[in-house]
Amino acid sequence: MNDNEQQPLIRLRGVGKTYRRGREAIEVLKNLDLDITCGDFLALMGPSGSGKTTLLNLLGGLDHPDAGTIEIGGARLDRMSDADMTRWRAAHVGFIFQFYNLMPVLNARQNVELPLLLTRLGAGERRRRAMIALDLVGLAERAEHKPRELSGGQEQRVAIARAIVADPDLLVCDEPTGDLDRATADEILGLLQILNREHGKTVIMVTHDPQASKFARRIVHIDKGVLQAAAEAS
Amino acid sequence: MNLTLFGFILANLFRRKARTLLTLASLAAGFLLFGLLQAVQLAFDRGVELSGDDRLITQGRYSFTEILPIGYRAQIAAVPGVELVTHAQWFGGYYQKQSNFFPNFAVDPESYLDMYPEFLISPEARAAFIATRDGAVAGRSLAARFNWKIGDRIPIMATIWPRAGGALDWSFQLVGLFEGRDETARSQEGMLLFHHDYFDEARQFAKGTTGIYIVRIAGPELADRVAAEIDRRFRNSPNETKTGPEKAFNQSFIKQIGDIEAIIAIVLSAVFFTLLLLTANTMSQAVRERTAELAILKTIGFSGRRVLGMVLAEALLLCLIGALAGLGLTALIMPGLAAAVAAWFPGLGLVTATWIEGLAIAALLAAAIGLPPAIAASRLTIVAALARRIA
Amino acid sequence: MIGPLRRMLAVARLGLMTIPERLGTSLVIVVGIAGVVAMLVAMLAMADGFRQTLASTGKPERVIVVRGGSDNELSSSLSREQVDIVTQTAGIRRDATGRPLASPELYFLAELLSRGERNPSNVPVRAVGEMAFALRPELRIVEGRRFQPGTREVMVGRAAAGQFENTGLGDLLPIRDGDWRVVGIFATGGDVHESELWVDAPQVQAILKRSGSSSVTAVLDSAAGFADFAARLAGDPRLTVKVQRQNEYYAGQSAALNAFIKGLGYTITAIMAIGAVFAALNTMYSAVAARRVEIATLRALGFGGGAVAGGVLLEALLLAAVGALAGMSVAWLAFNGMTVSTLNFQTFSQVAFAFRVTPGALLQGAGGALAIGLFGGLLPAWRAARAPLTGALRAG
Repeated sequence: MNDNEQQPLIRLRGVGKTYRRGREAIEVLKNLDLDITCGDFLALMGPSGSGKTTLLNLLGGLDHPDAGTIEIGGARLDRMSDADMTRWRAAHVGFIFQFYNLMPVLNARQNVELPLLLTRLGAGERRRRAMIALDLVGLAERAEHKPRELSGGQEQRVAIARAIVADPDLLVCDEPTGDLDRATADEILGLLQILNREHGKTVIMVTHDPQASKFARRIVHIDKGVLQAAAEAS
Repeated sequence: MNLTLFGFILANLFRRKARTLLTLASLAAGFLLFGLLQAVQLAFDRGVELSGDDRLITQGRYSFTEILPIGYRAQIAAVPGVELVTHAQWFGGYYQKQSNFFPNFAVDPESYLDMYPEFLISPEARAAFIATRDGAVAGRSLAARFNWKIGDRIPIMATIWPRAGGALDWSFQLVGLFEGRDETARSQEGMLLFHHDYFDEARQFAKGTTGIYIVRIAGPELADRVAAEIDRRFRNSPNETKTGPEKAFNQSFIKQIGDIEAIIAIVLSAVFFTLLLLTANTMSQAVRERTAELAILKTIGFSGRRVLGMVLAEALLLCLIGALAGLGLTALIMPGLAAAVAAWFPGLGLVTATWIEGLAIAALLAAAIGLPPAIAASRLTIVAALARRIA
Repeated sequence: MIGPLRRMLAVARLGLMTIPERLGTSLVIVVGIAGVVAMLVAMLAMADGFRQTLASTGKPERVIVVRGGSDNELSSSLSREQVDIVTQTAGIRRDATGRPLASPELYFLAELLSRGERNPSNVPVRAVGEMAFALRPELRIVEGRRFQPGTREVMVGRAAAGQFENTGLGDLLPIRDGDWRVVGIFATGGDVHESELWVDAPQVQAILKRSGSSSVTAVLDSAAGFADFAARLAGDPRLTVKVQRQNEYYAGQSAALNAFIKGLGYTITAIMAIGAVFAALNTMYSAVAARRVEIATLRALGFGGGAVAGGVLLEALLLAAVGALAGMSVAWLAFNGMTVSTLNFQTFSQVAFAFRVTPGALLQGAGGALAIGLFGGLLPAWRAARAPLTGALRAG
């Protein structure tokens, strides 16, 4: 959907983030620069406590940096209020989590429809779009099932459908395969790859999965809050 | 089912069916109590509501139990501003057994019925009452209570007024029934009225007197002046009077039973305080369990205000359903209950005001129990909440 | 028997140890039950206090005579001749000078203002002669003095003095034909006379132009002589009177209001109790849910379903007991001894009485609390005993 593939969609400059635990200040990210082009599929890897989840939270507009600038698609996230950030997220980002985080009281279709409640779409149109998204992840026939009636892989597919239903530019994934077996994990990564290649979604994924490099375009290693090296994936 | 915000809130409310239903049952019990006690309060108030602004009561200066000469009627009627005067004597009789208590008065039929247009009586019954010396009229619910029919002779035992010679048994001929014009007046249907002239002629002592005078004035604004003038006319006589609005007269009886309002308020605050704790616990549990879900909602773009609104709406829904169930139950049992106790305690009923008050209380309750968890939910920081989930 | 009981106690103790972690939920059962118990005890204390105040008035050897057909002094009237006949009837004790201990008394109403009220209240006035004091030795003057016979002076009962305006020594009260001066405050051991105003009978009779009385109160030779005395009055063709033992007369006056308060009290607390049972069920279900893993572990260790169920039930009952104690304490502290006044329906007049928290009321409160605990604990206990082990253990 984006033609200008080589233009950087995301530009981070001098980004720092510090957490306080009691009197101790922990500098999680240090003076970090990063560019991500439109249509990229970036795998963020690093040991626990390296700062990769913090970075992902900043990229997804869930948190503010303490220093530096974050510019995504022309918007300055570091200058946004919480309320603006909420609106921005709803319009531009789809989230995918390790534990799927579906609403247990809603069935698959209703879960997918949830972000559309924030739009002005009518009930019929919401339902139609939810079904398209479910179809895309191959779960149309499970639409009326509650999350606890689905397998882990199916739940994650519903979560992916929920992430793309509002047609965001950016997919932010936090360990999307962390709770899945190998075969299912490959299916999910394959699905993300399709979304990246065929639907033009920019995907940023935090992962420990060594197989992730087979699917991502680019792998970024982070350790102690500093980017190590940016390697082109195979 | 299409997904709507309301449907989502409803689904969340009934996520733990057992817990929600038990909480609703407790709420319903509380609001049932509210409905019943408001009905009791209403029944007490109805006597006061019945009082007309344009009616005064003239009683003895020292007590309403004093007797006043019957000749006062003409003198009161002559006071400027007075439109109509009638009188009533408390008889205090009973039917068959002493526990069968009901109000009964010796009155002047014509002027009494003119004084109280809120008591509806057919022209035939009215004419028969005026024409029949030992005639009596009963309120509809009183007649139903003792299964009296028109034409029956009703034996009444006196507790205060013996007949000449000392006998206590009186008997009246039931010539008609009256009914209340509205709900308020219907609360007085447990009353029996009979002829003052017949009573006065037959009684052993205090002939030529009555208990109180009821005075209709040309307008409520004249009340103070007319009352003062009536009392002035009888000052320094052996039977001084005290005249005041009918409302105050009726109110003083209710007030003397005790501060009904205060007692009911105490009971209800205890009930609602308990309910507050109970539902607050349910609500905070429900929100605490869902911390991660709420964080997800905020992640995908639900604003803090919207999350606040959703949690508040859930609390409101809980309280409103509970209140509606309780008040609905009240409405269901009220007709039977009111009929069962009408004889001793007339005027029970569930009115619109009680519904409105009940729902308003439910809304307040919802705000009290919903706001703390709702505010907590709206201020939830996504990063912290998600981290906790994963940890 | 020891084995299962000990196991039950072990389960209950484990449950109680985890209560601090679910304080809010546990508080629900305690507060719910405390509310019911406080309400029940307070209502019963009101009914008991009212009955006690009326029933403590009088002694079994004293009688009160009113006109036949009247159930109280207010509606009664006896002529001078009837009074004389009653007073001279055999069986009445005589004083040192040989006069019968019998007191003809006039009973009527005056209107006084309650403190802070605008509408007047009906206050009973008792017009008496000197014999009234002779046959009520419990009467003592706590302030001032008795009224002087033949004057417009009034003695105010202690309870009335506490309740109405202008009842201090020297104040003027409108009783009949103008104002009367307060000269004394009297006490009669907390009975109903303390809600009355006492004045000189001949003075009142002169003003009202009445020679008769409302009632005659008399002391019999002995309490056992009542039947003979009553028979003598009944057998006298010149009289149609009703005679009752004084204490029974007053106890009878409390019956209607007593039944009303108790009926209302039981109805209110029954509905509250139903609500509290649901609250207790909620508490205990969530307790069982919170302890799912722990209970499954106990079961796996060999604790029987009965021990687990018993333990849960025991926890519910203990929480109920805490609620009961809290409710009783609230009722006791807030209401015991509190003096209020109400309309005695029989005489249309105010009678002051003190709430009295009786052991019977406390016992009923405790019984109600345990019943709620039992109903609230049974189903969750059953669920705890029947819960499948495997799922719960894995979830841990």
